[in-house]
Amino acid sequence: MSAPELPRRVRAAMFLRLLAVQGSWNYETMLGNGIAFALEPALRRLPGGPRGEAYRAAMAREARYFNSHPYTAALAVGALARLELDGEAPERIERFRAALCGPLGSIGDQLVWAGWLPFCAMLALFAFGLGATPLAAVLLFLVAYNVGHIWLCAWGLEAGWSGGLRVAAALGTPAFRSAPQRLAALALVLGGAAIPLAAKRLATVVFCPSAWWVVGFAVGAAALAALLVRSRGRVQGWLAALAVLTLATMAAAW
Amino acid sequence: MTAASLLPMAALGGLVGLDVVSFPQAMISRPLVAATLAGALCGDAGAGLLAGAALEMLAMETLPFGASRYPEWGSASVVAGAIAAGIPPASAGTLVLGALAGLATAWLGGWSMFFVRRLNGTWSLRARPRLEGGDARVVPALQLRGLTADFLRGALLTAAVLALARPVVTDLAPRIASSNWLLVFLLAALGASVAASALWRLAPVVARVRWYAAIACAAAIAVAVSR
Repeated sequence: MSAPELPRRVRAAMFLRLLAVQGSWNYETMLGNGIAFALEPALRRLPGGPRGEAYRAAMAREARYFNSHPYTAALAVGALARLELDGEAPERIERFRAALCGPLGSIGDQLVWAGWLPFCAMLALFAFGLGATPLAAVLLFLVAYNVGHIWLCAWGLEAGWSGGLRVAAALGTPAFRSAPQRLAALALVLGGAAIPLAAKRLATVVFCPSAWWVVGFAVGAAALAALLVRSRGRVQGWLAALAVLTLATMAAAW
Repeated sequence: MTAASLLPMAALGGLVGLDVVSFPQAMISRPLVAATLAGALCGDAGAGLLAGAALEMLAMETLPFGASRYPEWGSASVVAGAIAAGIPPASAGTLVLGALAGLATAWLGGWSMFFVRRLNGTWSLRARPRLEGGDARVVPALQLRGLTADFLRGALLTAAVLALARPVVTDLAPRIASSNWLLVFLLAALGASVAASALWRLAPVVARVRWYAAIACAAAIAVAVSR
């Protein structure tokens, strides 16, 4: 069965509101209020319009607890809009909402936070290491990252609306299952090239080191990285960096 | 940096603080972007980019997973970029002090986000009876309140840290000048090791991938030596 038509301006409004889906994020309802906010343009089309009982009940229902990754929440918003406008039973909608939370959160975290974001950051650091100008480095990162961001939200909204209750099938494609691991692997390989070049550009702000300095620097940094990996998260590198830099700066000022 | 230049910095800190979680998560809050923008506002985008690259590497291990409490790198990067570029004369010393202030702000920012989230929770619980009673206007009102609180959080944090850091940086920068090369080296080494360990842990445990990364690393070091 093909999906009924949802006017383009309604989809556009839902898409724009999705960008603020975490606007009132909290530990009680998490994304719940944001989901209702993003769904609202579609819910106005319920029988009775925005003053009707169906609209009010749906808004109250959709503002309850919901948790997922903010970008993959688009799939939930599309699917929930379809269910609400199809007149599904409230109990069924609530069960469906609860079932979506885990998979959407897990897939989004792996795909975006552990894959796409590190990959784009390494791409920009690689350009920085090769001597890119500030404008070029910033634009490269923002354009690359947001192509993926916008695409995922737009695709999610469409796939959710088309799939309705069967939206899980959209996440089960081989490409979706393998993409997070592939992106994280690509980020590691790209990072292998980007990190030494970026560190060299940074370190040579003050003086131009000899080849021995560069090799010694690389061995030292690699040893530190190995220590951090072996600590298995018990030591937070950025906090250790804060402590070490503070001590070194105090010693230098002394 | 003058008091008049604090206002645009606070506005930028608010905007990128908002981008971290609330709106639109376009990653203008990533250190590479936010610090460069702050540097550009102070008239030296290059110095901002250097501070941003250092923080970007350090930020790689704290990605915003789920409901965990993580450092807030947006406002932190504005602080780092502004100090690196904005306190004349911009030098390697101000780069290190900017990164240091940025790291401290990231830690404070993580706590400030926690408090805004708790505040959002309180507002949400209070509004629940009205919403269940059929008042749907509660939903956009909560969104607007949450977005405003998050913007103000980022702006106030940025302004407060910059105002406090200014005299400290002005005093410290000349005193550490003779050790600048060592401090910058240390900053770069710490950044490189944190980023490398973070990527290593994120990537799948596949020997072939790790070999490719090692080969890419060796090639990059060869290029770095030869340039």
